Amino acid sequence: MNVQTPPAKLTAKDFASDQEVRWCPGCGDYAILKAVQMSLANIGSKPENTVFVSGIGCSSRFPYYMATYGFHTIHGRAPAVATGLKLARPELDIWVVTGDGDALSIGGNHLFHVLRRNVDLNILLFNNEIYGLTKGQYSPTSRVGQKSPSTPLGSVDSPANACQFALGANARFIARGIDIQAKQLGELFARAHAHKGASFVEIVQNCIVYNDGVFDDFVAKEFAADRQLHVVHGQPMIYGKAKNKGLRLNTKTLTLEEVTIGENGVTVDDLLVHDEKNRMLAMMLTGLKPPAFPEVLGVIYCDPATSYESAVIAQEDAVKAKGPGDLDKLMRAGNTWQVS
Amino acid sequence: MNLQANPGRGDGTSAAPASKADIESVVVRFAGDSGDGVQLLGSQFSQETALAGNSLATFPDFPAEIRAPTGTTYGVSAFQINFGSRVVKTAGDQPDVLVALNPAALKVNLNVVRKGGLVILDSGAFKDKEIKRATFETDPRTDGSLKQYRVIEIDISTQALEVAKPFGVSQKEALRTKNLWVLGLVSWMYDREMKSTMEYVARKFGSDDPVGKANMAALKAGHAYGETHEISGELSPIHLPAVKFEPGTYRLVNGAEALAWGLVAGAHLANLEAVLASYPITPSSPILHILAKLKQFGITTFQAEDEIAACCAAIGASFGGKLGITASSGPGIALKTEAIGLAISTELPLVIVNTQRAGPSTGMPTKTEQSDLFIAVWGRNADAPIPVIASRAPGDCFDVAIEAVRLATKYMTPVMILSDGYIANAAEPWLIPSVKDRAPFPKEFRTDPNGYHVYDRDPTTLARAWVKPGTPGMMHRIGGIEKDSVTGNISYEAANHQKMTDTRFAKIDGIANDIPEQGVEIGDTKGKLAVVGWGSTFGPINRAVHNMRAKGHDVSHIHIRHIWPLPRNLEKLLKSYDKVLVAEMNKGQMLTLLKSQYLVDAKGLLKVSGQPLKIEEVENAIKKQLEA
Repeated sequence: MNVQTPPAKLTAKDFASDQEVRWCPGCGDYAILKAVQMSLANIGSKPENTVFVSGIGCSSRFPYYMATYGFHTIHGRAPAVATGLKLARPELDIWVVTGDGDALSIGGNHLFHVLRRNVDLNILLFNNEIYGLTKGQYSPTSRVGQKSPSTPLGSVDSPANACQFALGANARFIARGIDIQAKQLGELFARAHAHKGASFVEIVQNCIVYNDGVFDDFVAKEFAADRQLHVVHGQPMIYGKAKNKGLRLNTKTLTLEEVTIGENGVTVDDLLVHDEKNRMLAMMLTGLKPPAFPEVLGVIYCDPATSYESAVIAQEDAVKAKGPGDLDKLMRAGNTWQVS
Repeated sequence: MNLQANPGRGDGTSAAPASKADIESVVVRFAGDSGDGVQLLGSQFSQETALAGNSLATFPDFPAEIRAPTGTTYGVSAFQINFGSRVVKTAGDQPDVLVALNPAALKVNLNVVRKGGLVILDSGAFKDKEIKRATFETDPRTDGSLKQYRVIEIDISTQALEVAKPFGVSQKEALRTKNLWVLGLVSWMYDREMKSTMEYVARKFGSDDPVGKANMAALKAGHAYGETHEISGELSPIHLPAVKFEPGTYRLVNGAEALAWGLVAGAHLANLEAVLASYPITPSSPILHILAKLKQFGITTFQAEDEIAACCAAIGASFGGKLGITASSGPGIALKTEAIGLAISTELPLVIVNTQRAGPSTGMPTKTEQSDLFIAVWGRNADAPIPVIASRAPGDCFDVAIEAVRLATKYMTPVMILSDGYIANAAEPWLIPSVKDRAPFPKEFRTDPNGYHVYDRDPTTLARAWVKPGTPGMMHRIGGIEKDSVTGNISYEAANHQKMTDTRFAKIDGIANDIPEQGVEIGDTKGKLAVVGWGSTFGPINRAVHNMRAKGHDVSHIHIRHIWPLPRNLEKLLKSYDKVLVAEMNKGQMLTLLKSQYLVDAKGLLKVSGQPLKIEEVENAIKKQLEA
């Protein structure tokens, strides 16, 4: 019998390019890069069928470090370039890498439209709440009061909430992870990859130079367990060192409240059970901010719908089924006349 | 009395002919409210005229307002057609006949009508209120305003209402048949078959629709009105014999159609599928509309969220191995410039169609201009050359589009096509080309990973290889950051940037060896004066030079199609004339380009009124140059 040897399984290393990684030492982007490379190996992606498209900023150097196809485009426009690429080559596995300034400031328009159209792309937004590459100006996700070279007295703008922006754009897949949680990130990437349509993943990422520790209120070791809620579809929303904290819906105020199991008669049955398809719930969860509430992580929302390019192709196929075009015939249709 | 006497100034014959038999061409201008269906009237009459074998050129001249308040001057829509028994090259300097469907249409258009020309008025629309709304102080019909013209007043409104009565349509619908009533009348005036219009009405409304029946009846009634009044001696028909065109199958085509079809043909000849990504903008949108219906040709269309996204999506498609195309107009082109730079830097093919309109800023979206030459040739950050090609007439857009695809794919570069609002909307008879007869230029993708470097170049074209993502063993990264001249990896090295910039220039400059040498349209290759034009000014310049040469003047016409790089012999050619006159619809952009490249002491005939150049204007400028 002819035994076919399966192709050797690729490892994370097979997805690393020969280019020297040039982020600052200690940057959260290193961890994300490793997690992506690992994840692609685990998913079984083929490097030649994978494309990374990025905009401008620290995060957007990402494609150079991947041994896949890559396109480092212009500031804010990666979703638009990726949309054109997906329309041209729907069979490719396309990842968009962007940052908070790239995606939510200069590219806010494109992010909105790529999400509402539901183009089958995996969009990774590295949110470090700062402009790193231009040396530390505040970004659209910076918190009120953020001091920076352009806001020496502190920012007065209300920050954007990336996941709520995505929900508002009618994104069908929304997840959030932390740069240093490689295992969880890998799971999110696998889910994002499996989701047909625009998959939006916000990754909170530490900028060690310009915004170090900005997420410490839920990432730092001493707070992590009590202020991170990793939601799982169908599971009650439990967190905390003692696994006794949870979220409950106050039906009178239609708000979420933190409760402790065993206190005031609260049991697990009182807690909300995560439902990925519940958009209202997703809106509530993404609105929670530490320290009053946990940061909600994991796949917050996933409710697939027809992806844009597949709908486009379906229309094209229906037309093409009637036969190929004949331009000479087309140009001679309608009113013509002969001169002899 | 023959009220149609003395037409003929339309295409530049300088003396009015003495009798009907001498008439070679006529210019008719239809004008009415933007809701009166004037454009439909004009295009149907053009169709009938084309089918009759006359040469023709049209000029739809409409407001930006879709439906401006009724009766206002800014809501007037007009359609001008020049047709004749000899080859017609422009839509005509001065109308011989004006049909004005309301006072505002008369107000706006009377000043362009030839003195002694015929004015047909819908007297039913000349009520006091309408006259005032058109900003006439007194009734122009009785205050002497029209004494230099021959006037026929017909109560077209009442005619239309009467004709429509039996079909039980609303008064509004009945009045909307005015355009077909007029079409009937002018069809009779110029001995036109109305079959194509009848077929159009039947197709549009179906045979049982009362509105369709009313329209059909109005068409016939207008024709009958003419016949009756010939008997009474008020009007008489003119027959212009067919022009001796080159044999073949003809149709009417406008610039947008020809351009869209040319893009399809170009992609086919390059053996590529294409993605057109565009954002709606006047007067470019028809290209998107036309291509959206051509999915059977492997054309994907994408209406992007903005101009920038449109250009970026086209670039993404090109990165994926399809031909990326984006079409827009001035303000949209301005927005795309950063993305065009990305395509230059990554050396990907991209076709950018710029249907120019009057500017700056929003300018006059429905009016024509040629003022985007600078943005096409020089309008990007840093040193960023691209080839630029301009179409001269509606049908020429087909060939220009094919040439743009050829250059974009062969040289791996963005190419900009310059059309304009006049060309896009104007129609002309077109000898339909056969794509089968065109030489194909199939684009090869590299699939061999052996020794592959991203920025390895073809030694002749200096183009890098195009590799489709999905090709095993050839994974690579490109971007807008300066790249190593071989590997394509990021490089800030000084000598490398010099080399890459020089190479990007050499690649585009080298295209001059792959395009025809500059020829002369009319006249000698040396002499007293060359009139240089580009784009849609071809017609008026060509006719003016023709007329002036007929009078014995030493003048030649040079028409530049390849705006960048310029033809390799152009400097020598220009310097073989004593004088050079550049005629263009801007403040001197080609003029500056030629001066800067060749230090040639050229003068300009520069017009930016939103209206096409007139033959007479060019003739006068030629006279002035020859006399100076």
